[in-house]
Amino acid sequence: MATPSTATPENIVSLDLADQSLREVNGALQEARAGYYRVRNPRGVHALACGLDGPIEVEIDGHAGYYLAGMNKEARVTVQGSAGVGVAENMMSGEVWVQGDASQSAGATAHGGLLVVEGNASARCGISLKGADIVVKGSVGHMSCFMAQAGRLVVLGDAGDSLGDSLYEARLYVRGNVKSLGADCVEKPMRDEHLKELDELLARARCEGVSASEFRRYGSARSLYNFKTDNIGFY
Amino acid sequence: MSDQSNDRIIDQTWGQRLSHSFDPYSIHEIRRAAATGLYRIRGYGAKRVLPTFDDLVFLGASISRYPLEGYREACDTSVTLGTRFAKKPIELKIPITIAGMSFGSLSANAKESLGRGATEVGTSTTTGDGGMTQEERGHSKTLVYQYLPSRYGMNPDDLRRADAIEVVVGQGAKPGGGGMLLGQKITERVAKMRTLPQGIDQRSACRHPDWTGPDDLAIKIQELREITAWEKPIYIKIGAARPYYDTLLAVKAGADVVVVDGMQGATAATQECFIEHVGIPTLAAVKEAVRALKGIDMHRRVQLIVSGGIRSGADVAKALAMGADAVAIGTAALVALGDQDPALEAEYEKLGTRAGAYEDWQAGDDPAGITTQRPELMARLDPEKAGRRLANYLRVLTLELQTLARANGKSHVHNLEPADLRALTIEAAAMAGVPLAGTDWVPGQGGF
Repeated sequence: MATPSTATPENIVSLDLADQSLREVNGALQEARAGYYRVRNPRGVHALACGLDGPIEVEIDGHAGYYLAGMNKEARVTVQGSAGVGVAENMMSGEVWVQGDASQSAGATAHGGLLVVEGNASARCGISLKGADIVVKGSVGHMSCFMAQAGRLVVLGDAGDSLGDSLYEARLYVRGNVKSLGADCVEKPMRDEHLKELDELLARARCEGVSASEFRRYGSARSLYNFKTDNIGFY
Repeated sequence: MSDQSNDRIIDQTWGQRLSHSFDPYSIHEIRRAAATGLYRIRGYGAKRVLPTFDDLVFLGASISRYPLEGYREACDTSVTLGTRFAKKPIELKIPITIAGMSFGSLSANAKESLGRGATEVGTSTTTGDGGMTQEERGHSKTLVYQYLPSRYGMNPDDLRRADAIEVVVGQGAKPGGGGMLLGQKITERVAKMRTLPQGIDQRSACRHPDWTGPDDLAIKIQELREITAWEKPIYIKIGAARPYYDTLLAVKAGADVVVVDGMQGATAATQECFIEHVGIPTLAAVKEAVRALKGIDMHRRVQLIVSGGIRSGADVAKALAMGADAVAIGTAALVALGDQDPALEAEYEKLGTRAGAYEDWQAGDDPAGITTQRPELMARLDPEKAGRRLANYLRVLTLELQTLARANGKSHVHNLEPADLRALTIEAAAMAGVPLAGTDWVPGQGGF
């Protein structure tokens, strides 16, 4: 994957939503298989940089609307502002970095890759997560990782109500307080392999000065995997 | 509607009767619930008596309307779906499509059979809540890829190799319910495609994870179009809950095609109370969806596909006469492949059922090899032979449809119209919005 350091002012391709349509900008990014692109005047537009399909670098010069970098493959997308609902939804691979805050359903159903939110993420962060990694340096809202199937969520701040409700096999690491755990989500011991994978994730997300030992781990109790009428209180 | 035989006197001394309210079925269900503590989960669609297309008849030709010659004068059956925004609309030779059914609920052989049969007659198949299999993509010339709340197996490559995308909001069997696949059908392959542990009871989400309401849906559709370069038709499938308003909202959100699935539409697994008690009959749903499209001058510009209990060419013709552009079949297609086959009666009996009543599609024991993941059962279904049976059936539906269209003087099946229909019951007249036979009366619209 390309890194920002390889870019020089000469080889940055500039796209401008003040002059170009969303279709033109997305079309150029979707066809690209290499290079560094800067998108100016995003103005909160929806569905920007979605469906990318190659190891390119994209920098969004402002705030983005819904579904920024949706279904991303291989690309590394950085938004120099906040992102709307469903940032990096269904991401397959690559990286999406949000320098500001993320709205609801950040990283929803993402299968692979890394989503980093420098600020806070709202409700349902990592909903139905299917294998991607999400690192939120602030806090996450309620129902985060609802029905999350695989992948990891790391929260440096606090988590809202009903964290990990109806969780499957995703692993959740929270440094701050968890307001409440959802149905079938329980705290689990931090074993060596968890400390190791968390340290690696923290390093990838550039969380300097943060140690895995400061986190608690949460996962599925797996008691709702098969229907039992005795569990009626959960349903 | 209760079975009148419950009134039968069962002893001659006191005239004791069975109860209408507590009929044998109700008593059985109370006893079963008390014994097991489990609600009934099953497959199939609504089994109760409902107003259907059988309650409508065509008028046929007369002195003022002349018919077309059968076998001689052409009656076109082609349909184009997705003409509103998509750069590559779908062209089908017949207006009868195969509804979404998942790999997982159906065997891979069943999915391949559907693809083979549909492709042979020039129509489309649809994926389901379990992702796209190579068996299905490889054997379906035209494949609609469902975009469901669970997003199991969803990925941009399959999105781009689909011919259309169907955003599923709901289905007729359970408007407001999500998918369900019980542990016995979650084999290693099914589990891998859905990123789930093997053998668990999988209950899919009932709402999409990243949009709520029509304004969000419009943005979601914009994203799907951007990812697929505005090429693919985008369908929105709704269960028949509030079809008038849902059709309006689907059009507003940017649909190319609206799919309305009535309560007779089947499922592989859900609660019996959901199947029988939520949603409205297909007959009523078609009228409401067409009324919505006509009210905003979008009828025929946004195409309407109707599903839920379509069995015959007469059903297809009536749905089209009421204003649908095409229909989708699910249960009927499975029966064509071999479901409910009387030749399997001995095996159905072992399962405590019989051909025609078999509804334990959730259990994975289907002796016909269709609603199962067990290799030895699945191997019984030969995709080539089953595909041919489906193609035969689709041809018969088409011939019946043409017969009825010609009888009403139509050179294209889309020229069938509500004025060609009359209702046999007051209920059907009210639901379908066509006059009661022998009158000018449409309940609620005057004319009596």
